[in-house]
Amino acid sequence: MSPIAAPDQINPGIEDVIADSERRHHGNDPIADQTMVINMGPQHPSTHGVLRLVLEIDGETVVSLAPDIGYLHTGIEKTCEAKFYQQVVPLTDRIDYLAPMINNTAYALAVEKLLQLDIPDKAQWLRVLFNELMRINSHLVWLGTHAMDIGALTVFLYCFREREKLLRIFEAVSGQRMMTSYIRIGGVSLEPPIGLFESIRDFLNEFPSKIDEYESLLTGNPIWINRLKGVGYISPEDAIALGVTGPPLRAAGIDFDVRKAMPYSSYEKFQFNVPVSTESDVWARYVLRMQEMRESVKICHQVLDGMPEGRIVADAPKIILPDREQMKTQMESLIHHFKIVTEGFAVPAGEATSSVEAGHGMMNYYVVSDGTAKPYRVHMRNADFANLQALETMCKGRLLADVVAVIGSIDIVLGAIDR
Amino acid sequence: MDPAVFGTQAVSEALPDDPALKALQDFATDAKYDRGELTITVARENIISAAEALRQASFIFFEDVTGVDWYPSEPRFQISYSFLSFALKRRVRVVVRLSGDDAVLDSLTPNWPAANFYEREVFDLFGVHFSGHPNLRRIMMPEDWQGHPLRKDYPVEGYR
Repeated sequence: MSPIAAPDQINPGIEDVIADSERRHHGNDPIADQTMVINMGPQHPSTHGVLRLVLEIDGETVVSLAPDIGYLHTGIEKTCEAKFYQQVVPLTDRIDYLAPMINNTAYALAVEKLLQLDIPDKAQWLRVLFNELMRINSHLVWLGTHAMDIGALTVFLYCFREREKLLRIFEAVSGQRMMTSYIRIGGVSLEPPIGLFESIRDFLNEFPSKIDEYESLLTGNPIWINRLKGVGYISPEDAIALGVTGPPLRAAGIDFDVRKAMPYSSYEKFQFNVPVSTESDVWARYVLRMQEMRESVKICHQVLDGMPEGRIVADAPKIILPDREQMKTQMESLIHHFKIVTEGFAVPAGEATSSVEAGHGMMNYYVVSDGTAKPYRVHMRNADFANLQALETMCKGRLLADVVAVIGSIDIVLGAIDR
Repeated sequence: MDPAVFGTQAVSEALPDDPALKALQDFATDAKYDRGELTITVARENIISAAEALRQASFIFFEDVTGVDWYPSEPRFQISYSFLSFALKRRVRVVVRLSGDDAVLDSLTPNWPAANFYEREVFDLFGVHFSGHPNLRRIMMPEDWQGHPLRKDYPVEGYR
C-alpha cells in the first residue's frame, strides 16, 4: 500500500486556508473565482467540544479546511510529571472523558510493564468487563450526538436513557458516575458490591433490544440514509497514511483491532468478532459501531459467566494500598500505607508503551521512568488526535453540511485531542 | 519476562531474525530490548532513510512521535518514534538523540502525513525544530506563547 506522498495532500494549517482563498480572489473573473473563508466553532454545538475549523468554501462546496485545536489544552502530560505514579490515575480519567476506565487501563498497563507486575485473573476480567461497558457508554454518546447533529433529536434522549443505567453501574462499582478511577496500577480499586453482576446482566439482557430500537429509528430512515451514504469517503491507503485507527480504519476495510491483534488484559480468552466494512463512508462507520456494541455485549456475557475467584489486586504490598481492615489491625500494612501515600513507590528506570483499543481507536500510553516515584514522562497517543488529521481528506469537495456528519462519524473528544 | 538486553551487538544476537532490526542494521547506532519492546537508536541525519527502511519491512503505520527532555544531561532531547506493522502485529520504537543547543532534525511529514500534528506538537511543547515540515506552527499553545512547556526547565506551575 502506497501512502499519499504529494505534499499538497498534507493537511493545511489555518493560515494556508486563508492565504489560498486570498490568492484565488485575484483571478480575472472575480465572481467565478471567489471563495469564502468561514469560521466554525469553537462554540459550535456540532463540533463536540471546542474544535475550531477554518473552512474555505466555494458556494456550498468545501475547498479546504483546517482544524484549530488547543482550546482545551490543560497540560495533563506536564502535570503527570509532578505527581506520584498512583496520583496520575485520576488525571487519565479526564483525557477521553467518555471512557475513563479505558484510559485507566492503558496507563495501568504501561506502569505494570515497567514494574513487571503480574495481575490476577479476576482483576483482568473485571478490566475487560468495564472496558466493554465503557465502550458501549462511549458509543451511546457518539450515537446520540451524531444523530442530533444530523437532526434526529429523539435518538439522543433514548441513548442517554441507556447511558444513565450504565452510569449507575459505574457509580455502584467505583463511587463515581463519570471520573471513576476504578482501574488502578496493579488491579482494580474495589471489590464489586453484592448484586452488581445481576444488575449488569439485567442491563445486558435488555440492551440488544434497545440497539434494535435505535436501528429501527435510523437505519430505514430516508433522511438518515441520504445524509450518511457516500459521505466522508477515505481510501484505505489514505487512512493508513494519515494514522487513522478505530472504527474509521475498520470501515475502510483494514481489519485491525488491538484487542485481537495484540491482546491485553486476557482479551485473547474471549470470543468476539471485529466488524469490518469496505465502504468507508459515514454510513459504514455508523453500521460498524452499532455492531461493535453488540459484540461488546457478547464479551460482557462471557466475562460474567466465567468470572474467576481470587484477589482483585496484585500481590505487591509496597505498591498497592492495603485494605482498610488490614491497615487498622496490622503494623506492617500501616507502614506500607503510610509510605505509599507520603512517598509513593519507586518504579525501575526504563520506558514502556501500552496499547489498548478505546472506543475511538487505538490508544497508547508511553511512560518513561528515571527510577523515582514520579513518572519522568507520560505521553498519550489518542486515536482522536490522529483521526482528526483525516478530516480534511474526508470533507474536501463535499458540501458544507456534510462536514457536520463527518465530524460526528470520526467521533472525537476534544479532551483527548488537546490533553 | 526476558531480561533486558542492551547494545546493538547483544540485541542482534538475542533477536537474530527480527525484521525491524534487520531493516535498520545499517542505521542502528544503539539498540535495546527491554520489557518485550525493541528500541533502536539512529543518527538524526538517517531518520528519513530509517523510516523508509522500516516501511519496506512492513512497518507501514506511523503511530506517533514524542519527546523526552533529559535536561540537564546531554544529549538533551530524546525523540521517540513509534511504528506499527499490521502484518507482524507489533511495534518498534526508533529513537533520535539531539543536543540542547542544536535541536533540529528532518521532518517525516512529507513522506508520512500522519506525522504532521505530532511533529507540530513536539515543536510546540519541546521547541525541537523539524526542518522540511510544511506547516511548523504551534498547535496546543497560543501563537504568541513564550517558552516550551514540556521542557524540564519550564516550571510545572508556569511563570507567574
